[in-house]
Amino acid sequence: MFRGLRVVPPDTKIRFMSMHKINFALSALMVVASIVLFAVKGLNYGIDFKGGILLEAHTEQAADLAVMRGKLDALGLGEVSLQTFGSENDVLIRIEEQEGGEAAQQRAISLVREALGAGVRYDRVEVVGPQVSSELFWNGMYALGASIIAIVIYIWFRFEWQFGIAAVLAEVHDIVSTVGLFALLGMEFNLTSIAALLTLAGYSINDTVVVFDRVRENLRKYKTMPLRDLLDMSVNQTLSRTTMTSATALLALFALYVFGGEVLRGFSLAMIWGIVIGTYSSIFVASALLLYMNVRRSSGAGEAAAVAERP
Amino acid sequence: MLYFAPWKVAAILFVCALALAVAALNLLTREQLDALPSWLPHRQITLGLDLQGGSHLLLRVDTGAVVRERLEGIIDSVRDELRKARIRYQDLAIDGSTVGVTIPDPEQRDEARTLLRKLDPDTDVGMNSDGRIRITLSERAVQQRESAAVDQSLEIIRRRIDETGVREPTIQRQGADRVLVQLPGLDDPQRIKALIGKTAKMTFHLVDEEANPGDALAGRPPPGSDVLPLRDRRAQPGQEPRIVVKKRVMVSGENLIDAQPTFDQGQPIVSFRFDAAGGKRFGDATSHNVGKRLAIVLDGQVISAPNIREPILGGSGVITGGFTVAEAQDLALLLRAGALPAPLTVLEERTVGPGLGADSIEAGKVAAVVGSVAVVLFMIIFYGLFGLFANVALAVNILLIIAGMTLFGATLTLPGIAGIVLTVGMAVDSNVLIFEHIREEVRGGRTPISAIEAGFRRAMTTIIDANLTTLIAGILLYVFGSGTIRGFAVTLSIGIITTMFTAVTVTRLIVTIWLRRAQPRFVPI
Repeated sequence: MFRGLRVVPPDTKIRFMSMHKINFALSALMVVASIVLFAVKGLNYGIDFKGGILLEAHTEQAADLAVMRGKLDALGLGEVSLQTFGSENDVLIRIEEQEGGEAAQQRAISLVREALGAGVRYDRVEVVGPQVSSELFWNGMYALGASIIAIVIYIWFRFEWQFGIAAVLAEVHDIVSTVGLFALLGMEFNLTSIAALLTLAGYSINDTVVVFDRVRENLRKYKTMPLRDLLDMSVNQTLSRTTMTSATALLALFALYVFGGEVLRGFSLAMIWGIVIGTYSSIFVASALLLYMNVRRSSGAGEAAAVAERP
Repeated sequence: MLYFAPWKVAAILFVCALALAVAALNLLTREQLDALPSWLPHRQITLGLDLQGGSHLLLRVDTGAVVRERLEGIIDSVRDELRKARIRYQDLAIDGSTVGVTIPDPEQRDEARTLLRKLDPDTDVGMNSDGRIRITLSERAVQQRESAAVDQSLEIIRRRIDETGVREPTIQRQGADRVLVQLPGLDDPQRIKALIGKTAKMTFHLVDEEANPGDALAGRPPPGSDVLPLRDRRAQPGQEPRIVVKKRVMVSGENLIDAQPTFDQGQPIVSFRFDAAGGKRFGDATSHNVGKRLAIVLDGQVISAPNIREPILGGSGVITGGFTVAEAQDLALLLRAGALPAPLTVLEERTVGPGLGADSIEAGKVAAVVGSVAVVLFMIIFYGLFGLFANVALAVNILLIIAGMTLFGATLTLPGIAGIVLTVGMAVDSNVLIFEHIREEVRGGRTPISAIEAGFRRAMTTIIDANLTTLIAGILLYVFGSGTIRGFAVTLSIGIITTMFTAVTVTRLIVTIWLRRAQPRFVPI
């Protein structure tokens, strides 16, 4: 009978803990770079959060962006951006929020329709006024904040605080790095991006929890093993699962990225990156953080080992 | 762990069969669904507007306008009452949310206050030592007024949209002063927006023929008259000719019972009919003012001001105004549906053309199929026979998600499809956890039954932990999310619950049956 291949050979004995300083430095660098990018370059907020107008126009012949841009710039609607979207005949038009409240946005759309004339079909029209955009933004932030808090509470109930702090640090690391990717690539940050970040929050913590479950189990089983060796063993034991699960999730996401259409492309890319980072952090960072936490061992010998282990 | 009571087996199979049946409802056409016996569920997954095409409009009712209007009404009655009682007054004006008036003669102050107290039970009347009387609407009255305005707007919007023949619109109140309108299948909401954007308050006034045109047009109309723009198709907005009309309303559109577009000498016009009271007032107004001009005012603009040639006693009349056919149709529709109590503004609009929606469905299908096939192959390659078991569980899982969404009447959006594809990728995790534990136990030298038994047992807490965290994120996303993102939250959350169910039941049942049938001496994993 066919037994299936092994992604990770059984009984790996990779010394993850011995490279933890390099990994910490790498992670710190990534988090700092993300924060700097976020602060300096900022995020490319979509109309969900910034307000404004988004039109997806379908032209009969290949769209001449220069001509369209000329016509739209003449309207004096402020910042107007055009880009082809999927095919040569589809143009995505973004217009910044018009001053003068909700009614001004509607007037701007009528002007655009007049300027581009007949022969253009509008496949998508989105207008978000100032009031709704700020509500959407804050609701998104609340959702992110609330889910991180809820996950912290959950972890706090399930594990000792040392594990909780390590898990949350790893999670923040993953989310901050993903936000950094949005800033770096100038990808549009919108409601779908918030959905991606929240899903990642759940995924990243679950990846870490699986490793920590094993650490805890081993702590009970091997009371005298030095913490460093015990963490190495736990990560090695869960390595196969971690990679298999990431692989299947990535397979599904690649399918979405390639075939799911333009609207989902940003979402899929953020998720792909987040899962790669999340997998990296649960293998290389999260457990290593436990080295620095005062992890309690149940027997005297274990306690001594843990103390000896602390750098 | 590896024993199932017969009733449990029956229950699991029953749930799977039920899921299959419920999911299959989505394959039926609308007619077939309607033809089902009444005891069966008549539900299907609704496609979100981003998939079937359509328009989503979030409107705000300007409730402030309703309160202002009420205050203006109070000003009119204050003026009438004080004049009738021959009390001198000054500075009668709206001041924030109150009406203020000053009585200069100290002797008349108490009389004035008593008089104004009786004016309106919803107001508080106070006076300071300078003889300034302030009339304040009570908080409760304001709230009632605002709430009633939103309800009434909802009703008027519904009537207007129903008249246009859009199929299955959703019109819901949201929060204190908002109305959500969803119009499936509509690819150009311009006309609807124009229709619901008009207040359509129609009133008939006499034209003030005596007014000095120079003074009036310079912004100094005689008291009791207003300068209004006269509709002119050729003029730019804001540059129309203007006309002086008396403020007094002869008849208002509230008394209309019907309005229809028709033709008069080839010109599109709108004919209307009043109820008995309106007809009488219209008759009186026209009888007493033959030879004068009657201005027809719609939302602060004079549509036309024809001469009254003879008394109009039948309670019906026509509005001319150089309309196009479409304009006449829309005006008649607006008059039939009634006026909005307050203006509406569009806070948010999201429209997707049906073609784009169909493209999205197609892309979603392809992504789902490719993603699933990849995951299925991957599982077989890396777990062999057990991968096959996991794939059967995955198929049941997808069936359960579809059935769950059908029963909850959930809406499938494009992000929702992403949620399903993602669930496919993540659902196998539970089985991966179980299989990895089994592998370990097998390596530890256990017998097949004991290794499998231990694998399931040890994986269980981790499966629950892992899924609960994602479920937390999904639920919060639903609570705080809006629009199509909620669709993602729904499919993700349902997917997590079904994943937990299939991992602990379906996979375990299949493995148990296989163990009993094959009596394996080693575990092919």
